[in-house]
Amino acid sequence: MADTGVDKKRRRFLIGATSAVGAVGVGAIAIPFIGSLTPSARALAAGAPVEVDISKLEVGAMMSVEWQGKVVFLVNRTAEMLEKLPSIVPQLKDPDSIESVQPEFANNEARAREAEYLVMLGKCTHLGCAPKYRPEVAPADLGADWQGGFYCPCHGSRFDLSGRVFKGAPAGTNMEIPPYYFKSESLILIGENGAAA
Amino acid sequence: MSLLNWIDARFPLTDTWNKHIAEYYAPKNFNFFYFFGSLAMLCLVLQIVTGIFLTMHYKPDAAMAFASVEYIMRDVPGGWFIRYMHSTGASMFFIVIYLHMFRGLIYGSFKGPRELVWLIGMLIYLALMAEAFMGYLLPWGQMSFWGAQVIINLFNTIPFIGDVVSTTIRGDFVISDPTLNRFFAFHVVAVPLILVGLVFVHIVALHQVGSNNPDGVDIKKLKDEKGIPLDGIAFHPYYTVKDIVGVVVFLIVFFFIVFFVPEGGGYFIEHANFEPANALKTPEHIAPVWYFTPFYTVLRAVPDPWYGTLAMFAAIAVLFVLPWLDKNPIKSVRYRNKAHLINLAWFAVTFIVLGMLGVMAVTDGLKELGTRGTQIYFLFFAVTYAHSRPQQANYLMWFAGLLFAVLVWDFMRYDGESFTAIQKGLFWQMMLLPIAYLATTLLLPHFVGGANREKEVPTRVTG
Repeated sequence: MADTGVDKKRRRFLIGATSAVGAVGVGAIAIPFIGSLTPSARALAAGAPVEVDISKLEVGAMMSVEWQGKVVFLVNRTAEMLEKLPSIVPQLKDPDSIESVQPEFANNEARAREAEYLVMLGKCTHLGCAPKYRPEVAPADLGADWQGGFYCPCHGSRFDLSGRVFKGAPAGTNMEIPPYYFKSESLILIGENGAAA
Repeated sequence: MSLLNWIDARFPLTDTWNKHIAEYYAPKNFNFFYFFGSLAMLCLVLQIVTGIFLTMHYKPDAAMAFASVEYIMRDVPGGWFIRYMHSTGASMFFIVIYLHMFRGLIYGSFKGPRELVWLIGMLIYLALMAEAFMGYLLPWGQMSFWGAQVIINLFNTIPFIGDVVSTTIRGDFVISDPTLNRFFAFHVVAVPLILVGLVFVHIVALHQVGSNNPDGVDIKKLKDEKGIPLDGIAFHPYYTVKDIVGVVVFLIVFFFIVFFVPEGGGYFIEHANFEPANALKTPEHIAPVWYFTPFYTVLRAVPDPWYGTLAMFAAIAVLFVLPWLDKNPIKSVRYRNKAHLINLAWFAVTFIVLGMLGVMAVTDGLKELGTRGTQIYFLFFAVTYAHSRPQQANYLMWFAGLLFAVLVWDFMRYDGESFTAIQKGLFWQMMLLPIAYLATTLLLPHFVGGANREKEVPTRVTG
């Protein structure tokens, strides 16, 4: 067939329309594939709250439990530890946790419902390593200024005993406080804010 | 011969053989550095073959993965041998690739008309890093787990969508069974397919434009009456035989490592990886495998997590545009000015130092050195651009401009309040490093004519 009989405009329109429909089709078929990469129903269900008995947690000691596959630190802080908290405020990046993630009830110096009990995600806000609990004062490796706190071995971020990050650390915000409440005096439920205050 | 004729009528067998092997004319002056292209192919084949056999015994399940690797090591006949070839092969692959890239850098092989060869090669390098990273998760040891934790959390630092991105990569809110399972799928199916495809395209692109050589001379300019380059020799048998020598030497080194130091002193397989992954316990010291460490140091040099991540990816991305930064028409370092040689030496040393810092724990001194090394790493690309036209370059202006850039960076990171006295001292002392770098690459060719003199490129290859 000779070129003369070709309606080029119509041909271009058909090519354009076919390409557009094809592109939409490719986009649509990508949705289930990308969807399959997101957390499955089983992974979502694993986010159930966790109950922790703290009656055996000694004063000054720390325990860790798993919640949603993450580590949660529970520390029974001593009175001296709590007394020191206000004095280190000038060295902190975000002392009032304005930039940091925490439930409303934790908007206090201790970042906790009950000041003695710190309940906190054991995850450095820099790149997700688990910081070490270092309650001792002025150990050789952390320097004479160390008043006790959390030290991340990955990139050297330092946090105080309320999980508040020090200036000069690679981490930008304080360690995260998960929602939790006291079911009874010695029973903490992590994962829910609860009705009880 | 009739069988060959029968095939040739149906498939371009003889044509392909001649075009890419028997009548592919490569420059006759290839040297040591030209072994690494064929050695990289050898590594790829080794990894694929050993990988297929490991897949027959490995279980991509968080509950069974670690034990299945131990099973391969202890109970599968020859399993330890195949696995050590695979783990050693990964590190050797990167050694070969880094030398292969360094060759391209010093002889200007990335320059026109070979820009696409370089770009495709960089894509191979990216795919290889993805392949190695995902493979390292599979043994499900402590370093597998925490290394992946750190790298995946890099995506968490992306503003606004970071959380969704990292959750989609993991398939869970934490690294767990779905993460391991999908990394297995990517590691054994998706990325190897991409790699093999890219390597094929890399070679097709190379054979379209022809190989560069240590003199950077275009051998296609001078041809004999049959159209064969005067300085070219057939790839087969000349370079096939030469490459076999390289293969023999490489395999001696390779199997020495496999048999005598398979863990590579804790650098090829890190010690912490002999402990099963434990989400509740971070190892004392987390370092990526050595071939990622230069970029890891760049990451650590920038305190802000998101900018650190950007800097790390920028350190890789900037290599892609090298053909458009180095516009000097002379390809080989042999005929460029001395300042260019000094510049390349600084870059090589900086890359190695950054790599060494990446496996070490952070101290004040090493942190500052890492930051200064990062500065030099990025300055290299600007200085390379400045060296494009040595006779017309305004070196003093470049020196002042780049020094200003360093000072701006320093001004932004210097924090009089939180820096300790030691950190302040290191800050000022190590400022000498970028200044020395800029002085030897920009001031030297300005004040010493001999350091700026380029030599004439011969019309025929030497040696």
